[in-house]
Amino acid sequence: MTTPAFLSIETLSHRYGERLALDRLSFSLQQGEIFGLLGPNGSGKTTLFRILSTLLPLQDGTITLDGISLRYDLAGIRQHLGIVFQSPSLDKKLTVGENLRHQGHLYGLYGRTLAKRIEELASKFKIDDRLKDKVETLSGGLQRRVEVAKGLLHRPSLLILDEPTTGLDPNARLELWNYLQEVNQREKITILVTTHLMDEAERCHRLMILDRGLRVCLDTPHKLKSALRGSVITVQSSDATALAGQITEKLSLKPSLVGGSLRIETPGDQAESGPKLVAQIVAAFPDKVDSITLSQPTLEDVFIHLTGRRFEN
Amino acid sequence: MSTSTPSPVTASFFNTVTLPTWTLWSREVVRFLRQKNRVIGALASPIMFWFVIGAGMGKSFHAEGAPEGFTYLQYFFPGTLMLIMLFTAIFSTISIIEDRREGFLQGVLTSPISRSAIVLGKLCGGATLSLIQALIFLAMAPLTGIPIPWASLPGIIALFFLIGFGLTALGYLIAWPLDSTQGFHALMNLVLIPLWLLSGALFPPTGAMTWVKWVIFLNPLHYGLAALRQVLISPIAAPEASDPPLWISVGVLILFAVTLLGICSWLTNRVQGRNP
Repeated sequence: MTTPAFLSIETLSHRYGERLALDRLSFSLQQGEIFGLLGPNGSGKTTLFRILSTLLPLQDGTITLDGISLRYDLAGIRQHLGIVFQSPSLDKKLTVGENLRHQGHLYGLYGRTLAKRIEELASKFKIDDRLKDKVETLSGGLQRRVEVAKGLLHRPSLLILDEPTTGLDPNARLELWNYLQEVNQREKITILVTTHLMDEAERCHRLMILDRGLRVCLDTPHKLKSALRGSVITVQSSDATALAGQITEKLSLKPSLVGGSLRIETPGDQAESGPKLVAQIVAAFPDKVDSITLSQPTLEDVFIHLTGRRFEN
Repeated sequence: MSTSTPSPVTASFFNTVTLPTWTLWSREVVRFLRQKNRVIGALASPIMFWFVIGAGMGKSFHAEGAPEGFTYLQYFFPGTLMLIMLFTAIFSTISIIEDRREGFLQGVLTSPISRSAIVLGKLCGGATLSLIQALIFLAMAPLTGIPIPWASLPGIIALFFLIGFGLTALGYLIAWPLDSTQGFHALMNLVLIPLWLLSGALFPPTGAMTWVKWVIFLNPLHYGLAALRQVLISPIAAPEASDPPLWISVGVLILFAVTLLGICSWLTNRVQGRNP
């Protein structure tokens, strides 16, 4: 790639006492992309988020945003960042409008300029009729929308969001993602979002999977999934361990035991091998198979394939 | 490389200190006025203290050099005023503990404003709340026979603000490094209440044991109390023999407030390094 990186992170490490939370992590973002950071709890993604948002000190490594170094110009970085925290950062006793005005003042906006910007965002996020309502009277989905509007108020060049859809119902989640995609396209804002939800991760342009402070992989969701070209068979059995041995013996397959069920990745070069194998397994062990499913690989399968563990902790 | 959506604002003193201080200050006041239970909470217990202890002591109390008819309710009035301001200031800083990790303060801490503006906004906010509560209680003074000194009211307001500012700074200093509000309550009982008890609020230092006298002498709250007594009680009774003159009290209070403001700003300036 010839374009210089917009956000560049190099050999970033972070320790909490003895524990290494991030281990020489390097990656970069191109301007205008939606970049997903996927990882289970304890993977280091929240640490990374807190360092980026300037809440945690930069211990080791470098972070540069559009040429500004986080180590040497905190205030400069802060002016360029829009942040949406996982836990609410709105004052619930204040109205939506008051929250947005305070936020504007923190970024040097005031008077007519601020009023116009609030108006603009309120109409974009369809909160214009709620500006005078106290935040505590808003639904969870609506509060999240206000949080995102708040993060965009000062026209940041990079918007970072930490699991923004936590606690939202599926509809509100979908809606929020539609807003994010619109903001990304219309305002050309680069977005970095952490998530532990696979379906959200698939909406990103590029995705980095993080596990135990290490980068597991980084690519487009499509390419990550196509690394597993075949399909995935999952077998539920009351005695999965014994069944695994028998399958290996009889069918020369190597099932892995993941989270109590057996998982078999079929070779990608034989499209028909999946259904065929399912039939063979059911025929060979009719009494031992409680249920069997055949599916296209998901990002969760990518994670299991690369780490040998299920995504949930 | 330039960004497609450049940030339109340049960093100036107005943008990074004045405007954010004002916005955080006004937020404190608006929040407080919307939570009626806080207004009542910080007033009710000190007033009850004052009334029960004051009426209980009745006439069995007699301060040295005080005129006939000088009651304990009158003696205890400035001390209660101090307690109300202490409670208000302290309660306004408890929110820092939770707000910083999951609340409004997260957004404030990651904004490009000067860290001093964060502290100033909070302290001016807490001082204003203390001032409001103190004025409400002051309105009750005539009930006990203490006249409201109308002529020196602007000076009294400034004094209330100064005391409130110092007390809020003290609360900020305790709250900032803490992880839980339980810890704050423990410290409050262990440090702040004894500090108030040993300020001369309940009893005159003249008759106390030597070490108590020393603690009172070194206690910044004592100077707030001495100043309050000077402006409120002196019209009806002779000043306490051990009280320093007003200019010294105010000087100590200013020094106390400025020093704590410096320490609070320094604390806030350090990026936190805790486990998320």
